[in-house]
Amino acid sequence: MKKLLSLSLAAALAVSATACGNSDTGSTGADNTDAPAAESGTEAEGTEAEAPAEGAADGSVFKIGAIGPTTGAASAYGTAVMNAAKIAVDEINAAGGINGYQVEFNPQDDEHDQEKSVNAYNTLKDWGMQLLLGTVTSAPCIAVEAEAQADNMFLLTPSGSAVDCISGDNAFRVCFADPDQGTASAQYIGENGLAEKVAVIYDSSDVYSSGIYDTFVAEAANQPFEVVASEAFTADSKTDFSVQLQKAKDSGADLVFLPFYYNEAALVFTQAAGMNFAPKWFGVDGMDGILSGVENFDTSLAEGVMLLTPFSSDAEDELTKNFVAKYGEQNNGETPNQFAADAYDGVYIMKAALEQAGCTPDMSASDICDALKTAMTEITVDGLTGSGMTWSAEGEPSKSPKAVVIDSGVYVGM
Amino acid sequence: MRHMKNLNKTTKDNLITYGMVIAAYIIVEILLKAGVISSLLQGLLVPLCVYVVLAISLNLVVGISGELSLGHAGFMCVGAFAGAFFSNSVKDVITAGEVRIFLALLVGAAAAAVFGLLIGIPVLRLRGDYLAIVTLAFGEIIKNVVNVFYVGIDGSGLHISMKDKASMGLAADGNVIINGPQGITGTPKDSTFTIGILLILVTLFVVLNLINSRDGRAIKSIRDNRIAAESVGLNITKYKLMAFAVSASLAGAAGVLYAHNLASLQASKFSFNTSILVLVFVVLGGIGNIRGSIIAAVVLTLLPELLRALNDYRMLIYAVVLIAMMLFTSSPAGMAFRERFSLKRLRERTNEKEEAQ
Repeated sequence: MKKLLSLSLAAALAVSATACGNSDTGSTGADNTDAPAAESGTEAEGTEAEAPAEGAADGSVFKIGAIGPTTGAASAYGTAVMNAAKIAVDEINAAGGINGYQVEFNPQDDEHDQEKSVNAYNTLKDWGMQLLLGTVTSAPCIAVEAEAQADNMFLLTPSGSAVDCISGDNAFRVCFADPDQGTASAQYIGENGLAEKVAVIYDSSDVYSSGIYDTFVAEAANQPFEVVASEAFTADSKTDFSVQLQKAKDSGADLVFLPFYYNEAALVFTQAAGMNFAPKWFGVDGMDGILSGVENFDTSLAEGVMLLTPFSSDAEDELTKNFVAKYGEQNNGETPNQFAADAYDGVYIMKAALEQAGCTPDMSASDICDALKTAMTEITVDGLTGSGMTWSAEGEPSKSPKAVVIDSGVYVGM
Repeated sequence: MRHMKNLNKTTKDNLITYGMVIAAYIIVEILLKAGVISSLLQGLLVPLCVYVVLAISLNLVVGISGELSLGHAGFMCVGAFAGAFFSNSVKDVITAGEVRIFLALLVGAAAAAVFGLLIGIPVLRLRGDYLAIVTLAFGEIIKNVVNVFYVGIDGSGLHISMKDKASMGLAADGNVIINGPQGITGTPKDSTFTIGILLILVTLFVVLNLINSRDGRAIKSIRDNRIAAESVGLNITKYKLMAFAVSASLAGAAGVLYAHNLASLQASKFSFNTSILVLVFVVLGGIGNIRGSIIAAVVLTLLPELLRALNDYRMLIYAVVLIAMMLFTSSPAGMAFRERFSLKRLRERTNEKEEAQ
């Protein structure tokens, strides 16, 4: 009886493995036989069909893959990136594509897990990906970058902010690196004399938060203020901040630096108000969803919060207004966050670089990567997250973070 | 005579298990040479080996020694970090990948075995639910402890801090190896499918031989009736500890294999979820059935990846498949169905018919 079971399971496995092998070799061999299927898969997500891409089934489309968490705990970030990238791709296709060629876009889920992320990368490789937008989160990005580097695949991460995310010369990023944010925040506080005693609350289990914290503390040593308390919390205990706030209060801090995302920040503000603790608050780019991203949060508590951010959804320029409107239209009226903005810019950055290098879709991924390595250092892009962005050969963008303060419920430049 | 026959049956059964693994290896190698395996499957080969080893080793505790352990990922974490730490430290000294990962496997397995013993001594005094709770807590503790460790190396030796990177006091030319929650990055990619298969074979050898040894029979007798086993003079703690430590060290080795397959390693991966995932392999493969664990680990690791075309729905399908498998393997109706359509019964029935004619 057991033998039969194991036999049937083994048979099922063999069948599924070969079935997969077949379909996949089909797609790598003849490149486009599999494309309509993959496309209908992506379209099942609820956005309208894109007619142009289907028309270009003769092997003359740019294939851009994207990896990010669309399920699991970090799905908010991945979903934002995928939605925004889709908007950018649709816009580009409607406007005639890149160098006259249409773009095909394939988002893959990685559940914010290194292993799954590499699987997603390999899936995209089987699909015939030529450029990679991703991955969204830092830790998986490091793992994928190692693979992409070995394959010489062009990688542009919209939001992987850890230093190692772009360790190879094939990799570039749209957002700031963690160290830049930590250093810039410390310098900003020091140079503008915002405080004498600073407390830091950070998420020690998070790469992004602890990465910024490390560089903030390192730079603080050169600045005219003193770090009087640094209190950590972890992903397992991110609902109660009373201990950390009490310590910050007892240390007499007049400014509290909060290098983490807005969801936790909303709790911090609410709990601090409950204990009559009202220092100056200073955040980083993860904070920028605070006014619109949290349900049932009294935004008046965020009054006077300062943050360094490359993007604010309330900006008045044409590009931002257009993007925010489109994003809301396609996603039940949601307001795009900084991840979405980074992804939208990412697709346009790829477009600019491909045009600069004069690439065509019949080039191999490796040839495109080689061409883009130089092209990336030559282009200047005006996007949602900064104007006049340029890149160094190491892959870091040069754009300056804008300091804004929340005043009467809107971001105001400082 | 009867005894001989029984022994032969076990040996035959074990040989089928070894044969299955070796056959899978040969087939995959041939397909690799022929170049017909997709990148996705190629990338999955090492993780498959990791999960198979984990499932086999957990089956030793859950199936053979009859204790419910929910902290298997904790041992994997210890092994992964010990192995990756070792490899990163000797990266410049030992340049041959095979030698390096062999030594790393030994280091990882030894470290996990030490933790297995340390945890096992107090924990195995507990029974049933209590043991499950303590092992669960242990897994979480390991994860959180590793999360706060900062270890760097420079000219004057090792620097360890549990606060932050700056407080390590590392010299400018120093090299941070374990960077708190950011874990270890840049571990050399030494894991290969061949090494993974060798590790599976070693694991099978250790576990199957342990099960069929005198000690293994003692462990099983404790599982079946603790009081009876105690009354014939078996040292309960010793045998339980043996199974627990062997299982822990094999999980540690699997962790090393895992760590050398990815460029970044974080403690957050080794959460409660990973422990449960491995437990699911064991339960669905059949508790105490080693071959079943292998098959379940392979099927359930491949499934979500092969369903990628369904996007986010794949998680839903995965859950449905889990329930279906559970019903098929353990519900009374499923068992009756298998009974009726089993090959053995069919053969017997045809034999009966032939005899009647």
